[in-house]
Amino acid sequence: MSVSTEAAAHGHDEHAAHPEYMRHQFDDMDQQNDAASLGMWLFLLTEVMFFGGFFLGYSIYRSEYYESFVIGSQNLDVFLGGLNTVALITSSVTMAFAVRAAQLGKKNHVLIFLVLTLVLGLVFMVNKYIEYSHKLHDGLIPGYNFLWTGLGDGQTIQLFYGFYFCMTGTHGLHVLIGLVLIVWLLIRVWQDKFTTEYYAPIENFGLYWHFVDLVWIFLFPLLYLIGGLAV
Amino acid sequence: MSTIAQQGAAEHRMPRDHFLNAAYTIKSWLLTMDHKRVGLLYLISITFFFLIGGTFASLIRLELATPEADLMEADQYNVAFSMHGIVMIFFFLIPSIPAVFGNFIMPLMIGAKDVAFPKLNLMSWYLFIFGGTFGVLTTLLGGVDTGWTFYTPFSSTYSNSNVILAGMAAFIAGFSSILTGLNFMVTIHKMRAPGITWFKMPLFVWGMYATSLIMVLGTPVIAITLALMMVERGLHIGIFDPALGGDPVLFQHLFWFYSHPAVYIMILPGMGVISEVIAAFSRKRIFGYEFIAMSSVSIAVLGFFVWGHHLFVSGQSIYAGMVFSFITMLVAVPSAIKVFNWMATIYRGSVSYDAPMLYALGFIGLFSVGGLTGVFLAIMGLDIHMHDTYFVVAHFHYVMVGGAVTAFMAALHFWWPKISGRMYPEGWSRLAAFLIFAGFNLTFFPQFIVGYLGMPRRYHVYPEEWQLLNIMSSAGATILAAAFIVPAIYLAWSLKNGKISGPNPWRATGLEWILSSPPPEHNFPTTPIVEEEPYDYGEVIDNPVHEEEHEKEREHA
Ligand code: HEM
Ligand SMILES: [Cu+2]
Repeated sequence: MSVSTEAAAHGHDEHAAHPEYMRHQFDDMDQQNDAASLGMWLFLLTEVMFFGGFFLGYSIYRSEYYESFVIGSQNLDVFLGGLNTVALITSSVTMAFAVRAAQLGKKNHVLIFLVLTLVLGLVFMVNKYIEYSHKLHDGLIPGYNFLWTGLGDGQTIQLFYGFYFCMTGTHGLHVLIGLVLIVWLLIRVWQDKFTTEYYAPIENFGLYWHFVDLVWIFLFPLLYLIGGLAV
Repeated sequence: MSTIAQQGAAEHRMPRDHFLNAAYTIKSWLLTMDHKRVGLLYLISITFFFLIGGTFASLIRLELATPEADLMEADQYNVAFSMHGIVMIFFFLIPSIPAVFGNFIMPLMIGAKDVAFPKLNLMSWYLFIFGGTFGVLTTLLGGVDTGWTFYTPFSSTYSNSNVILAGMAAFIAGFSSILTGLNFMVTIHKMRAPGITWFKMPLFVWGMYATSLIMVLGTPVIAITLALMMVERGLHIGIFDPALGGDPVLFQHLFWFYSHPAVYIMILPGMGVISEVIAAFSRKRIFGYEFIAMSSVSIAVLGFFVWGHHLFVSGQSIYAGMVFSFITMLVAVPSAIKVFNWMATIYRGSVSYDAPMLYALGFIGLFSVGGLTGVFLAIMGLDIHMHDTYFVVAHFHYVMVGGAVTAFMAALHFWWPKISGRMYPEGWSRLAAFLIFAGFNLTFFPQFIVGYLGMPRRYHVYPEEWQLLNIMSSAGATILAAAFIVPAIYLAWSLKNGKISGPNPWRATGLEWILSSPPPEHNFPTTPIVEEEPYDYGEVIDNPVHEEEHEKEREHA
């Protein structure tokens, strides 16, 4: 096999100075950025498959035990859920602005929009905490203190709550991880680690954040609005 | 039988600097960002798990040497076969070729300095070890008795063993596999050296790509499935337990949606190895390159639509069963395409019989038996008779041990000189290959017969008339176990005492062979540009002297 060992056309000399943020295994920043972005998309694909298992189970039991799912759903707090939907959607917008600002190299704007995203994410988590503690107080935690005294079949209503807690819990964990990552990004932005050539972490985190938002946009109607809005 | 190793007359010296002597500290291994070192970390870890899994296998065969229960009670036997399956599948076979040789060789093959995300790569190994710790803990605390399949509601409600620990072990190891797959896909997409177009990639790289696709798409599903099972066990909500309103067949669907594709995670890398080895030792351009490459991808894709063949008797609709039966048989087509292409490559090749080639030839035969018996099982009517008998056990051991493990051995022997810079003793290596082949067949062929006669799997006692076949199987297992110890000894021996191999002891094509053995720490000083096709063996046959000169030039470079 004849292989030329001359540097590839777009390759760099080993000793040429590379910016600190460029990793040694890449030839240039384009390659590094493309790799990072493809990696994030693939990661989101695995997330889709992971949540897919929940949604499949949910769909099957929703059609099997529709009555119980309606009763369980109508017992959730649509107001808080709705508020959280607004909070997350808005945070997606601020996140998109943060990415744009990073692209343009406007450090202060990046900081402001990331902080806004962080605050909205915190609002979501606080709301979730309030909702969960109400459920705990009402004795609606499956396998822990579940006691159904109202109408309907307690066993399958518990199943609804099982899905509710698993799905929103896993989603909440994703929000929480997101918040930690925002703090990390804020520190890096503060330290001037990013440039207009290298802001891939912010951009890819944005993808993650939009994904988390998107999952909630499915979860909200599927969990809170079964059988229509309770009046 | 002539071998290439016998022809290599030239004296070689070890390179001065390589990735092994770049640093010696423990930290330089445990915090390494070098894909080659990560590959070796995996090699050591999976060898450890192979030993544990093998110990359980020995216990199983020991118990089955007699029809009565003499060594173990039913409960202990359940633990033995469950731990055997869990350890071998999740902690040996799934990571085996991808995590060791995918990591070590694949980036070299495409002329990359490393995988796309070296830190993530190291993290995958740590996740693997973290999951493995749960596995070891499970063993130490008395094991788990659900089988590797974790079927509900037994696992989620009735079993009194360490189901959650074992479930966590597989769950965590799964994330290791997801991240490895993701890393490889990005590496193959973005890190190929100029000139290596998709259809100039070595077939091992195609195998890695198809495998990674399954890891990325399938593994998250087993993660969620095991998570739901554990939630049900912990919280008693009826997801899978019919007594609580759940559906146990849903578990089986979810489980096999991953675990059938997972069997291709185990075999596709092996097929990639075999393509490399067959071409190198037949000294011929591989026959039907595009067909082999595309059959890997089509196996990966079709593999996602056949899971129902594990549920023929589980209460799945008969129409669904018919569709699954049909698609399952379709999968046999790309598998057969590979086998025919390998045969055509060997045909009129200049074949030499070094150890890697012996394993590769063994693979072709054993995998064919395994695959064809798979087609028997895909026939719904026949499967009602054969399901959960030793026929199934024999089927999957032919593909998993006869196929995947044999391919692993082929890879180990093919790339060992590249990894260590040394040759292993030729006679011993060929003897071990023969012993493994013989021991394997003696172990598992009788299981086809005893299974066909109706012996169910997963029981520790059986009627006396099946003892002869079982003794044959246990005797074969003894040979097999001994045969696996031989390479462990001579490979370790070769590290210090083996003849120095030089960069390319097999005179094989491929970028990994132009590097020194062991390769330098950063692989290629400058990104190579590739102009030739892979498997360009024509030149090698016609002009061996020319080739030698090339080799010298490379050493000086
Ligand atoms: C030509 C391709 C193949 C076909 C048509 C095929 C077909 C089947 C069928 C129908 C079954 C279900 C039998 C039953 O439980 O009644 C089965 C089981 C199995 N096959 Fe295959 N198979 C093929 C290749 C493979 C490969 C390549 C592997 C692994 C590397 C594999 C591993 C397994 C395993 C592990 C089981 C049993 C799982 C269990 O119940 O524990 N098969 N196969
Ligand atoms: Cu299958």
